[in-house]
Amino acid sequence: MATYSTNEFRGGLKVMLDGDPCAIVENEFVKPGKGQAFNRVRLKNLKTGRTWERTFKSGESLESADVMDTDMQYLYNDGEYWHFMHPETFDQKQADQAAVSEAAQWLKEQDMCVVTLYNDAPLSVTPPNHVELEIVETDPGLRGDTATGGTKPATLATGAVVKVPLFLEEGEVVKVDTRTGEYIGRVR
Amino acid sequence: MDRKTLIRLRADLYLQVRSYFQEQSVLEVETPVLGRSGPTDLHLASMSLPSGSSQYYLQTSPEFFMKRLLAENSGDIFSISRCFRDAEVGHRHNPEFSMLEWYRCGFGLADLMSDVEALVSRLLPHLTFSCHSYAEMFESCLGVNPHSASDMDLLNLVKSNTKFQGDLGRASCLDLLMSECVEPELAGEGQAYFLFDFPVCQAAMAQTGENEDMHLVARRFELYINGLEIGNGYLELTSADEQRRRCQEDNIARQSADLESMPIDEKFMKALDQMPYCSGVAIGLDRLLWLIAREKRLVKSSQVDLGEVLLFPWCSL
Repeated sequence: MATYSTNEFRGGLKVMLDGDPCAIVENEFVKPGKGQAFNRVRLKNLKTGRTWERTFKSGESLESADVMDTDMQYLYNDGEYWHFMHPETFDQKQADQAAVSEAAQWLKEQDMCVVTLYNDAPLSVTPPNHVELEIVETDPGLRGDTATGGTKPATLATGAVVKVPLFLEEGEVVKVDTRTGEYIGRVR
Repeated sequence: MDRKTLIRLRADLYLQVRSYFQEQSVLEVETPVLGRSGPTDLHLASMSLPSGSSQYYLQTSPEFFMKRLLAENSGDIFSISRCFRDAEVGHRHNPEFSMLEWYRCGFGLADLMSDVEALVSRLLPHLTFSCHSYAEMFESCLGVNPHSASDMDLLNLVKSNTKFQGDLGRASCLDLLMSECVEPELAGEGQAYFLFDFPVCQAAMAQTGENEDMHLVARRFELYINGLEIGNGYLELTSADEQRRRCQEDNIARQSADLESMPIDEKFMKALDQMPYCSGVAIGLDRLLWLIAREKRLVKSSQVDLGEVLLFPWCSL
């Protein structure tokens, strides 16, 4: 298994720490004039999502984690697992609740997602930055009111609830930023 | 900050530094950037390159050559030089950097600290300076005397106060505790701190002596400004025998760490015995420049990033 030394630590690098796959978030080199050099590292545990802080002697190394970000198409949810397919190899993977987590509310069938595979099994799922979803439930629209800037909650086809402008109606399709959960615009 | 402002900022800094030393009758000297040897320090990595059939080392500081001049009775001297330290890359480090180093004959550490204060307060006029022993700051942050604590005590402090796991030697424990626990206490806005009387295991090229608590200490000081280590001063060791002993010890440590041992610079050794009683200090000019830029509100954040004051930072070469 490949290893990475502290001077190769970059944001996004995947390494093993205490048996868990982690992504390097930040790596700060600290060294008093003629003294021992250290690297103060922030890592995100990819299993739990929690951030860890660790200090290493410069030159120490960590094993690389067999973690790969793969573009896959979301197929369907069978009630327990979310199924994804690789668009070229047609290889299918099933992700559990822990892996899909928050992403579930944005997953629309056929959409392409980033599935993070650890030892070939889904570890986490990142939805596209922007998704287009139909409004399935919201208060009746105020026709012509495009100027006041007020908002109301709307439930989308995937179950996500976002704030939308007052004039929107059930059945309309909206574009949402999945990173912030914010309404971007109406899709005609 | 735009590049023109940055060019002017550094030019102004060097002008002020040179005018200070002119007033003080300290002469500017130039020393070679390539030498036949480098420091033996375990934690300094020299870059080397071959020329002809010999190996040369890019200097990690102008110290060896300046001390040879002092031994020739140069009198007070300063230099602004390019220094190189391999693998030191980060927000506070650039492998190639600018150093201001100077020596004052007949000066003890207290005289030299006043000298540093006089220069730095011209460049950063709003600073308040204070002076503390290393032990005082260490003890107030960690509750333990760094000179009398056992190696085990220090390792336990590392375990309970830092995010480091594993084994560390005495000097490295002290380094880590300083940077993780003490340095944040030296980060007061507009505050400059001199720390003096360092642990004897960090004596490097400084004299040692007993402090008032009868602990053997290294006659060294460091200057911190806004939590950033800016300068390092020594009451200079003038005994070749003692220096040779320390270099040999260093080389043994280098070998057990699988590092190349460094050739001992015999011309430097010979110079040590001829050197006058003096104190010397080195100041990181890029860090100082960053602090000046910060005071003029020319930097992006209050977190140091030397890349902001270098025209050609390492990562952009």
